[in-house]
Amino acid sequence: MASLVGSRVERKEDTRFLQGKGRYTADINIANQTYAVFVRSPHARAKIKSVDTSKALKSSGVVGVLTGKEIAEDKIGGLIAGWAIRSEDGSEMKVPANPPLAKDVANFVGEPVAVVFAETLDEAKEGAEKVKVDYKVLKAVVDPAEAMKSDAIHDGVDKNLCYDWLLGDRKAVDEAFAKADKIIKVDLINNRLVPNAMEPRACVVDYNTASEEITLYTTSQNPHLSRLVMSAFGGVAPENKLRVVAPDVGGGFGSKINVYNEEIVCSWASKKIERPIKWVAERTESFLTDTHGRDHVTHAELAVTNDGKFLGFKNETIANLGAYARVFGTVTPTYLFGPCATGVYVIPAAYSNVKAVYTNTAPVDAYRGAGRPEATYTIERLVEKAALELGIDKTEIRMKNFPTQFPFKQTLVHTVDSGDYVAGLEKAKQMADYKGFEARRKKSEANGKLRGIGVSSYFEACGIAPSAAVMSLGCGVGLWESAEVRFNPTGQISVFTGAHSHGQSHDTTFAQIAADELGVPMENIDVVHGDTDKGTFGMGTYGSRSLTVGGIAIVNACKKIVAKGKRVAAKMLEVNEDEIEFKDGEFVALKSNKKKTIGEVAFACYLPGQRDEMKSPIPEGDEPGLIESSFFDPANFSFPAGSHICEVEIDPDTGNVKVEKYTAVDDFGRIVNPMIVEGQVHGGIAQGIGQALHENTQYDETGQLMTASYMDYTMPRADNFPEFNLGFTCTHATSNPLGVKGCGEAGAIASPPTVMNAVIDALGGQEISMPATAEKVWKACKAMKKSNAKAA
Amino acid sequence: MTKVTLEVNGKKVSKEVPDHTLLSVFLRDNLNLTGTHVGCDTSQCGACVVHVNGKSIKSCSTLAADIEGSKVTTIEGLAKDGKLHPMQAAFKKTHGLQCGYCTPGMVMSAVDLLQTKKNPTDQEIREWLEGNICRCTGYQNIVAAVKEAATKM
Repeated sequence: MASLVGSRVERKEDTRFLQGKGRYTADINIANQTYAVFVRSPHARAKIKSVDTSKALKSSGVVGVLTGKEIAEDKIGGLIAGWAIRSEDGSEMKVPANPPLAKDVANFVGEPVAVVFAETLDEAKEGAEKVKVDYKVLKAVVDPAEAMKSDAIHDGVDKNLCYDWLLGDRKAVDEAFAKADKIIKVDLINNRLVPNAMEPRACVVDYNTASEEITLYTTSQNPHLSRLVMSAFGGVAPENKLRVVAPDVGGGFGSKINVYNEEIVCSWASKKIERPIKWVAERTESFLTDTHGRDHVTHAELAVTNDGKFLGFKNETIANLGAYARVFGTVTPTYLFGPCATGVYVIPAAYSNVKAVYTNTAPVDAYRGAGRPEATYTIERLVEKAALELGIDKTEIRMKNFPTQFPFKQTLVHTVDSGDYVAGLEKAKQMADYKGFEARRKKSEANGKLRGIGVSSYFEACGIAPSAAVMSLGCGVGLWESAEVRFNPTGQISVFTGAHSHGQSHDTTFAQIAADELGVPMENIDVVHGDTDKGTFGMGTYGSRSLTVGGIAIVNACKKIVAKGKRVAAKMLEVNEDEIEFKDGEFVALKSNKKKTIGEVAFACYLPGQRDEMKSPIPEGDEPGLIESSFFDPANFSFPAGSHICEVEIDPDTGNVKVEKYTAVDDFGRIVNPMIVEGQVHGGIAQGIGQALHENTQYDETGQLMTASYMDYTMPRADNFPEFNLGFTCTHATSNPLGVKGCGEAGAIASPPTVMNAVIDALGGQEISMPATAEKVWKACKAMKKSNAKAA
Repeated sequence: MTKVTLEVNGKKVSKEVPDHTLLSVFLRDNLNLTGTHVGCDTSQCGACVVHVNGKSIKSCSTLAADIEGSKVTTIEGLAKDGKLHPMQAAFKKTHGLQCGYCTPGMVMSAVDLLQTKKNPTDQEIREWLEGNICRCTGYQNIVAAVKEAATKM
């Protein structure tokens, strides 16, 4: 039987999505449901003096109005930070309470203050207009660079500082810098982004008054984790009385990891008003309240020798957490960022110092790449600048500092199990026709255009696990993943996974894996996920972990099925177990060549009794049935890596930047479905180019979000991109039996510095910040013309 | 309240709805045709694209009452006799969708493109799809899907 792993199998989920049969949260309606509309703070920072709900309660169709007062009285807990990060001085991080409905103070525009439930959406909106909140507006803290000098937003959080974290050795870095021929310096802003999954957040809650069970349908990347948090920290209901279903989810990119205010409030309220509740965010609500990404202010330095060897690295970053610390908010700018900031290079000494600050803006959390794009942008800008200042070719300086031995003990934290960085960059150069660039540059110049080429090489630590490592770094839970493989009596198989697909294609790829392990057609396999009532507890999908952690749990559960199948087949075929071989879905008795298919064995497992002459097929010590589960906790992160090369052409008269060529060569280890992996890379690159050239989240000085709709926030469109040119190299991961590495975030990690290096190259080395909009680039072109004229 | 009568996916439907009912709301809430998605409220994202009298329009910025008597085709009405429309089949073949949320609008828009222009260039496809936002695919495989469908339609 040909292996399905490695094949370009078309997706199982597409048939329903393409016919409008997807079932997203907003598609769900429950008889007798009410509609929720939230009253949100219009101010970035304000004391809430009073909330008057009397007029709203009398408004037509309004069923109930609830405020921060009631939720506090019911002792419903708030939103949480998932990782405890310690400061350099050993002190614990400072985390303010984040109630689901603000009671005394509102800390960002859009923070929910009250909620109105009504018979129709229109009536709920009208009711919400009638809730009168009396605010005392306070001066907002908006700029992260200024936050430590501003008034404290939260009681007990001096200087708005959550932590002042250090990773690495300052003394060793000082010594390395003292030996350097040259110090390369950059000041960078990693622009704040809004993840913008196309499906706005939503929840539908159904409270069953008989069983006292709450069912929450929600747009979540990790329904089991949502249930845990809502139960353990929110106190909404005991876990066994709370069912969380994340049906089809229209993209996440990190923004749907968190449990949100609306989910807690609606779940709590449905029990209170004894009615089902539906809430669907409008796009502007998503802009205001989805967790945002990035938002770093960084100064970094690289100590180099004249011949381009790297001696030391340091990085001082201010990370904006927004108003509150959420699930991945505190780890994103620390352990997901710092260790990767030394990039794919041998650098003997390094440190990263991160000060995380609170501001009166939406909470900042994981967004595709989470910390690793910021890290890669930092080191790859430095490396490119070093090449320019030292007069060394930008690919040569990288090659010079790549490790060539694996496992590679990276300067900070990670031991990278496998990789071949030289091969990746060589392949990228060849695919991008790196040699031919100067000729293309001249051609562009002849047409009055500026052409630039940029390179970046990256590695990243993903497949977020292993529990031993993440818990030692401050994670509040273990990050294993679970699977259950249920062989039904008639031969159909249900594979339950704790991971969640919101575009990642698990219905297909996980079926491919299980089909290969069990030797059955993948049509016989259904992958089930997203419902806490179906399957075991799981940690969900983020950090490119579904395959490397969840996929392996499936492999291991399948191996247990086969192991039991062997014992049963041995009994059925009346031979010893060690005389049975399992191949292509059949258990074969080696000597006699008699065989039983896995379907026959499964059926027998469900018929353990004696019938006529047929003896029970279940060996002594085994139980009936054929259901196995596995919890997989890998030995290490997975470390995809690669090199990307971009060419841009700039029109100096308009400042317009056109991405002319984009080449990506990635090493994701063994690839389960190349078609799907390519799609992941395309999407990641597009988001990264969005960050580099188009997207920016802009608050004004009072904390109003100026970019709160698609009229103001530039979402990349089809005509912003060229056709991406993808290539792969392959070194197997050693931390899992499939040899796979995560692929979901790589594109978004590698592409921002690749594009910016190309833009800056086109501008003759002139620094420019992301996003490199036409306005900024046009100004840079003018400055360049002036300085060229002066030089002449 | 207004009585709105339309032919939707070949079937005549008639519903009494508030005057300000958008076509997207009419389809989703009154006809339970939830394949038409709403992604932005400002007529930018294109997840809500359907055909009205054969032309693609954004149903989130069209009043149902305004198109009284029209023929509407939604994503649910594209496949015929259990067989995917060539555009749907092409999206599947080229992996032109991931999370599936923008997909219905993207497909309906792309079908209209090929009705308007038989063999569009890559650039023409990318420009036509300017009004449809996808956050997952980077558009590359969507462009490939339209080109693939062009050979079949």
